[in-house]
Amino acid sequence: MALLEIKDLHARVGDREILKGIDLTVNSGEVHAIMGPNGSGKSTLAQVLAGRELYAVTGGQVIYQGQDLLELSPEDRARAGIFLAFQYPVEIPGVSNMYFLKAALNQVRTSQGQEELDAMDFLNLVREKMKLMEMDQALLNRPVNTGFSGGEKKRNEIFQMAVLEPKLAILDETDSGLDIDALRTVAGGVNALRGPERSMIVVTHYQRLLNYIVPDYVHVLSQGRIVKSGGKELALQLEESGYAGLGIEDEEEAVAR
Amino acid sequence: MSESTNTIETFANQEYKWGFVTDIEADSIPRGLNEGVVRLISAKKKEPEWLLEWRLKAYRHWLSMEEPTWANVHYPKIDYNDIIYYAAPKTKIDAPKSLDEVDPELLKTYEKLGIPLKERELLAGVAVDAVFDSVSVATTFKEKLKGQGIIFCSFSEAVQEHPDLVRQYLGSVVPTSDNFFAALNSAVFSDGSFCYVPKGVRCPMELSTYFRINAKDTGQFERTLIIADEGAFVSYLEGCTAPMRDTNQLHAAVVELVALDNAQIKYSTVQNWYPGDKDGKGGIYNFVTKRGACRGVNSKISWTQVETGSAITWKYPSCLLIGDNSVGEFYSVALTNNWQQADTGTKMIHIGKNTTSTIVSKGISAGHGQNTYRGGVKILKSATGARNYSQCDSLLLGDQCGAHTFPYLEVKNTSSQVEHEASTSKIGEDQIFYCRQRGISTEDAVSMIVHGFCKEVFRELPMEFAVEAQKLLGVSLEGSVG
Repeated sequence: MALLEIKDLHARVGDREILKGIDLTVNSGEVHAIMGPNGSGKSTLAQVLAGRELYAVTGGQVIYQGQDLLELSPEDRARAGIFLAFQYPVEIPGVSNMYFLKAALNQVRTSQGQEELDAMDFLNLVREKMKLMEMDQALLNRPVNTGFSGGEKKRNEIFQMAVLEPKLAILDETDSGLDIDALRTVAGGVNALRGPERSMIVVTHYQRLLNYIVPDYVHVLSQGRIVKSGGKELALQLEESGYAGLGIEDEEEAVAR
Repeated sequence: MSESTNTIETFANQEYKWGFVTDIEADSIPRGLNEGVVRLISAKKKEPEWLLEWRLKAYRHWLSMEEPTWANVHYPKIDYNDIIYYAAPKTKIDAPKSLDEVDPELLKTYEKLGIPLKERELLAGVAVDAVFDSVSVATTFKEKLKGQGIIFCSFSEAVQEHPDLVRQYLGSVVPTSDNFFAALNSAVFSDGSFCYVPKGVRCPMELSTYFRINAKDTGQFERTLIIADEGAFVSYLEGCTAPMRDTNQLHAAVVELVALDNAQIKYSTVQNWYPGDKDGKGGIYNFVTKRGACRGVNSKISWTQVETGSAITWKYPSCLLIGDNSVGEFYSVALTNNWQQADTGTKMIHIGKNTTSTIVSKGISAGHGQNTYRGGVKILKSATGARNYSQCDSLLLGDQCGAHTFPYLEVKNTSSQVEHEASTSKIGEDQIFYCRQRGISTEDAVSMIVHGFCKEVFRELPMEFAVEAQKLLGVSLEGSVG
């Protein structure tokens, strides 16, 4: 059985329809890249899957582990193993990264019938995952994302993912704002988390990230629909010919015209 | 709110009957205020003549005063003749000598409040004085403190046992004529806590008072006096609760602190008087005067308060920085939910040279709550090299509530430095979603964000109080975010 099945998904924000019938199936252990020009609906898809209430689902179905995902609150989706690495991680002043992550992990664990981790076990786990992300331990004691550089924020997202060990990770433009070294570190962290029990949806505008996180499948989104799907070579093809080569134009420009 | 006014007005014309003096076995004296009541309270306390005179002077002055209206709070006029000015627990008229003599029902009440006095006496290293309605019912650890010369007892006991100290310091920081509510308190105060830490002694444990208003339509007027003699240190905690009642109850306390040369007083409050219900019915009117005098050189007074309760809070814990190099601090979290109103802040009066003050105020408004910070920093001509730093942050939850800031600065010495920072923010939908996406519920997310906002103040609280304060904030915010 598929881990995630999206069938004819429609969603809007305000009175603007953004997703106009998405179909996508993700099996356990697969990495799917979603590419597309600006405004094609990539980030909307990521946010809708995570349960952002800003977007209204107007049609279609999403089945996750055999249950109706759209029925679940954002926190219940997270507890069921869905993780969204935010394009713009949010700052929470005064709340330490460590405290935040411990609260999150213990919520996820208790909802899955596991015991809460005590401070010592948690610290050991966190130290191990920090090595993976080559993260400075000082970041743990700083308030969540507050005063972090762009690269630190993205790295922190993947670090959280490493600690929370989701079944389905959705990476929303994780490469944006990263220089090449930071990109390598972040991608290294993501690759270390790949495994038969973990699926990923990698949303990106550029092919560059996919040199480091090599996907099993690539889907091209345009005007709220998947217009082309293929293997990893589709990304390379896009790199050469651009979206225009597929007859797709940048939607924001299209709207402007 | 108007309904409770009507209730109050119904009793407006009831006059105090002198004949009730014989009724000394009763729980409380009849409603109303006049010289007879002042005399009666003093007589019940077996007070010396000078204290009665002091009270009467305060009462006569109070008669000539007007209730202040400058605060940014709104409430129906209080009928001061409809309040019961003295209520004592039934079973004991004289203060109990030890915990074993305290009515077990009272002790149970404290246990319900999470203040197991017995346990504290045995384990915690916190000495507790508990004031129930008007009478101090139990003081733990008294003997142990006595060994170091520390006096920690109920105010009534101090009047009997240490009259010279009381006479020397009572009213020396907050004079009887200071303001309307302080004058009222001076006339009718019934009990409170007294603490004296002698020269060079560092009080080995946190001292703590719990105040409880229990009886209906009773005002609570307690008086706290803390003196830290030269080189002494004391950390004092104060907690307050009251049961739910649908009429408003008045609480007008006075706290005076005196720090002599090189002495330090740390005063922490977690105030959780009943705030009224969701529609703003009932709740405590908390009109309190708190002031500390840094009389000696290098002395220091820190106020830390977490104000989550009361229908109305009117409170400005202040410092008179008289001694050279003395330090005043004020750390505050004030939360208003539903229809609560708070007008709170501090005054820092710089008189001595090189005096410094720090003000950190965090206001949280939810529901229809109105939260006002009012602060005064005054640097007198004599205060060469004085410095002040003020920071006032407001956090809004929802769009029906309000935050207001009134900082007053008065600087008469050009060598001083004064800094003021202020911010207002709203809990963002994106912050809450971020937390929820990590598996944290909306309610936990809000409480986490609020705690983060208050962190600078919480870290000033003694450990166990900080935990209590965090829990309180959580409870007070329940249902504030849908």
